Amino acid sequence: MNKTVNQKAWFLVLPVLILVAFSAVIPLMTVVNYSVQDTFGNNVFFWNGIMWFEDMLNSERMWNALGRQVVFSSIILAIEVPLGVFVALNMPKKGFWASFCLVVMSLPLLIPWNVVGTIWQIFGRVDIGLLGYTLDALGIDYNYTQGFYAAWTTVIVMDVWHWTSLVALLAYAGLQSIPDAYYQAAKIDQASRWAVFRYIELPKMMGVLMIAILLRFMDSFMIYTEPFVVTGGGPGNATTFLSIDLVKMALGQFDLGPAAAFSLMYFLVILAISWVFYTVMVNLDKREGR
Amino acid sequence: MAKITLDNLAHSYLPNPTSEDDFALKELNHDWQDGEAYALLGSSGCGKSTLLNIISGLLRPSHGRVLFDGHDVTDQATAERNIAQVFQFPVVYDTMTVRENLAFPLRNRRMPADEIKRLVQKVGAMIGMEAQLDRKARGLTADAKQKISLGRGMVREDVNALLFDEPLTVIDPHMKWELRTQLKKLHQDFGHTMIYVTHDQTEALTFADKVVVMYDGRVVQIGTPQELFERPAHTFVGYFIGSPGMNVFDAEVDGTRARIGETVVELPAHHTTGTGRTQLGIRPEFVRLKAGGEGLPVEVRRVEDVGRHKIVRLSAAGGEVDALLPEGTPVPAGADRITFDPAGINVYENDWRVAPSGRREAA
Repeated sequence: MNKTVNQKAWFLVLPVLILVAFSAVIPLMTVVNYSVQDTFGNNVFFWNGIMWFEDMLNSERMWNALGRQVVFSSIILAIEVPLGVFVALNMPKKGFWASFCLVVMSLPLLIPWNVVGTIWQIFGRVDIGLLGYTLDALGIDYNYTQGFYAAWTTVIVMDVWHWTSLVALLAYAGLQSIPDAYYQAAKIDQASRWAVFRYIELPKMMGVLMIAILLRFMDSFMIYTEPFVVTGGGPGNATTFLSIDLVKMALGQFDLGPAAAFSLMYFLVILAISWVFYTVMVNLDKREGR
Repeated sequence: MAKITLDNLAHSYLPNPTSEDDFALKELNHDWQDGEAYALLGSSGCGKSTLLNIISGLLRPSHGRVLFDGHDVTDQATAERNIAQVFQFPVVYDTMTVRENLAFPLRNRRMPADEIKRLVQKVGAMIGMEAQLDRKARGLTADAKQKISLGRGMVREDVNALLFDEPLTVIDPHMKWELRTQLKKLHQDFGHTMIYVTHDQTEALTFADKVVVMYDGRVVQIGTPQELFERPAHTFVGYFIGSPGMNVFDAEVDGTRARIGETVVELPAHHTTGTGRTQLGIRPEFVRLKAGGEGLPVEVRRVEDVGRHKIVRLSAAGGEVDALLPEGTPVPAGADRITFDPAGINVYENDWRVAPSGRREAA
């Protein structure tokens, strides 16, 4: 097809440009602004070059937070993805119970983050929480405000409770799109249950699973509210993930410069990883379409 | 390889069928002889696929039993029945290569590797995909995928039966012919019991030794192509087999004579009919056109020349009639009457054929 050349068409892009400018570019630029300046107060700023970036890259505190963050995201992905797929495989395909399961599964997704945090905060308390009290009564030493493992377990179980449904629902949608003929053919070919999963269900779920992994990765990498409400980052710094540490630095200590530098690097890391996911997904689609 | 017996088989998709209309498949007793090739012919939704799925075990019949060589398999799972089935639309395992796809049923049976290799190579040649064996199955065209599905059906040599559910719908016409020939050859070489579902009469008649015609959940006739042509047991068979289908006239039948409106038609034999609706069925091949004289008055509406013969579309008192003229025979000038070749007249009562009850006496 021949394209018509009309430079005025650029004006049609203008509304989007303005919108993106106000919603993303300008706020981001103020962060960039802080990241390259320093101040001694009185609202007087001076140029600081890339000092804050260097500081942050050499800061043990930040590397530790990043380490905890990577461990957290890896653990919840390793639990939620297989568990979600398993749940989806065992959900009824149609009828009343299918709808029932869908509704029950989506309930946790509808609860706001800080409410989830509060629920688990109370649920896990040794004095009045059902979980905490029961564990304590069973003689298990469980106290998420003091124990390192108790705190981590609580935060991870909470995230699994909150978000496994998302993976399950996406995987379920993928499974529903498989025509019956595939299962029938597999029966005719005398395929085992594992072979049906490996060669029919998994390949057909691949697309939605990639989306699920991407969403869960991004969300968990940026997690703030839930652990903040439950453990406040403690005990010590045990559950201080990147966002929590960032907020402490920016608002608690009011170190705007380092916090800004750090935010930018945080942003770039997420962007880079999302780009990798996106590229992989597009390539999967291409192979599909060829 | 096995003889497949259907014993009082019926199936309803409803939990509590009450009337006969509730059954997708009406009661049926039939033996599929070991090593024969059958075609199962009928219009869409007449229960063909239901019957096939019951034989392969994908569907459990609500009534009756299925037996392989006299052995009851009604409650056996598909995998235990050792049956190959090819579906209407292609099913391939996307992540595997063509070779792995073809080897899949053999691998699931834990066959030795060199045996698998030999069989896959053979089937690859049969479906004409030798050159593409190491390609990924994803991204192939629909007809290539369907060839793989067919190949997976044909790769096992020891199956009890091979079932095909309209397998050539998505295949190119010239390839259709080729694949059908391969299927026939496979049948000759191995003598599998084959059941081939189709709604295409040409496909059915060229493929099968015996054609089973289904109509509205019921088997209406089982016979050789010739029997179906000459003695359709049900008006549906007459209408469905043949192009164009059989002409059917409402008629009063009395012994060796029948009356269509005012016209008297001599029957080839004596027929005894009851009180039901009686009809005459005459294929267009047995309709003669002439001008004036005796016969059923008609009016020529149009003539279609299809090459080997001409189809003359007529309208008569009772409705529309088709007649067939051989190539080169002109339509008689002023044609306004038809007569029938007595050999081609069949008598029906309530849509079922009435067998002649006695030789026709000399007039």
